Amino acid sequence: MIGLEHYLTVAATLFVIGIFGLFLNRKNIIILLMSIELMLLAVNINLVAFSAFLGDLVGQVFTLFVLTVAAAEAAIGLAILVCFFRNRGTIAVEDVNVMKG
Amino acid sequence: MVAADLSVILPEILLSVFAMAALLAGVYGGKDRWAPMLVWAASAAMLLIAAFIGLRGAPGAVAFGGMFVDDAFSRFAKIVVLVSAAAVLAMSQDYMQRRGILRFEYPILIVLAAVGMMMMVSAGDLMALYMGLELQSLALYVVASLRRDSAKSTEAGLKYFVLGALSSGLLLYGASLVYGYTGTTLFSGIVQVAGQGDISLGLLFGLVFVIAGLAFKVSAVPFHMWTPDVYEGAPTPVTAFFATAPKVAAMALFARVLHDAFGGAVRDWSQVIALLSVLSMFLGAIAAIGQTNIKRLMAYSSIAHMGYALIGLAAGTALGVQALLVYMAIYVTMNVGTFAFILMMERDGQPVTDINALRMYSRREPARALAMLILLFSLAGVPPMLGFFAKLAVWQAGLDAGLVWLVVASAVASAIGAFYYLRIVFYMYFGEEDGDEVETNTSPVLYAFLMGSAAIMVLGIANMFGVDQAAAAAAAVLVN
Repeated sequence: MIGLEHYLTVAATLFVIGIFGLFLNRKNIIILLMSIELMLLAVNINLVAFSAFLGDLVGQVFTLFVLTVAAAEAAIGLAILVCFFRNRGTIAVEDVNVMKG
Repeated sequence: MVAADLSVILPEILLSVFAMAALLAGVYGGKDRWAPMLVWAASAAMLLIAAFIGLRGAPGAVAFGGMFVDDAFSRFAKIVVLVSAAAVLAMSQDYMQRRGILRFEYPILIVLAAVGMMMMVSAGDLMALYMGLELQSLALYVVASLRRDSAKSTEAGLKYFVLGALSSGLLLYGASLVYGYTGTTLFSGIVQVAGQGDISLGLLFGLVFVIAGLAFKVSAVPFHMWTPDVYEGAPTPVTAFFATAPKVAAMALFARVLHDAFGGAVRDWSQVIALLSVLSMFLGAIAAIGQTNIKRLMAYSSIAHMGYALIGLAAGTALGVQALLVYMAIYVTMNVGTFAFILMMERDGQPVTDINALRMYSRREPARALAMLILLFSLAGVPPMLGFFAKLAVWQAGLDAGLVWLVVASAVASAIGAFYYLRIVFYMYFGEEDGDEVETNTSPVLYAFLMGSAAIMVLGIANMFGVDQAAAAAAAVLVN
């Protein structure tokens, strides 16, 4: 029997993979965008699992909002990335270094 | 019922309709030729809405089943947000037009960000919180990379986007756990579950993730790393905007979530906030010492100021929230004046951000140098200026709540931090000229904002213009 904890474990694993993807990835900014998407989808699994477990629809409504906003966010991220590529001619993570703090 | 709900969110609707009408006018009308007019129209619209919010009937309404809260707290935050956004827009028109980056999208995006901030401070539900936060963030990602032919500006936008999206992810993960362990997304429902004795481990995890996500938005250490790069890379008027309105909105949202949803679990979050606060104060004070770029310096300054403001939140009392609101109002006023000065710094029509260029500035522009001196003393918290009373307010709240160690630490940090503010004063009054002096933009708007802000820093010490009474009323609604 697959219970709530299994879903939560999968979601937590995906979320952690997403975070590691953001911090350990040294290659490509597109992979950063994919990692962000992975984190948001992990949240969606969480919300749907809780929603089904609690028998409460609010979680699924929340998921729809998250999906919509994630799409808008990805569009803006890609647009900024295109501008960045036009200026620098690269999308490698290690080239995002004009400013250092 | 719907009509009653709509009347509660009327200011937000009016501002959104204005943004959409301005977008249509921009697209079908004169495109960027209309941009200066749109900037002034947007600035006026936000001031009008701020006046409308301040003057409309008694607060205390709830709309959409508790998802949207219109109380004295949200009104205070909205008015500060709208007035500071309007001030920054008014300051940016001349600067951006002369550098050819004044596009008609700019005022529209600022207005949409302001609508998002109004949603944030009025959120009564995790979904409303998320939607408001994203509306604000998505608009800000775009304005950060507004100068799209500049490597610095697009890099700033990219960094802000990646780390902002990460913080939204953390916040959402926390929100999903809070929903799962309380069974509701309404703050009024969460507070009933979280207020009963010890909170469950899952809910505690959710709370920590939500705090981490919000700490990103207020750029508290250890979630501050985007701040200096974004401040440096973004066009200066955009930096001025980042340093003011979004910080107020994020702080108000922080207070709203912690008190409205987790008001019964003050012990559980107070220590976390105190830790964020002390780290921010010290990093902001120490890391700024080596900076020569005034925009990066203001970034570390804002990190440190967020640390002081968080003392009010860590106190977990009504007095603390009052101190937080007073602190944010004063912080915004100081930053508007300081950025008016930074926007004036130029050489041959190009912006200058190196503080070395300010050597012996007082000899050339004594009035402006004096105003900047007052603002820098105020930022440092030197006693006669208003900035000192902001710190005094949070210290009183901290002592009242028994956080003596935090107050002592913040006094030490502000003594360290005073060094880099006073170094600019030293350059302006005693430094040696070396031929690379900064010239001054003579825009009357910037001059008025610089002088007005400096005057408030001196005159405000008499009665703070009634801001502290308003903040007390706002805090009393939130904490009970």
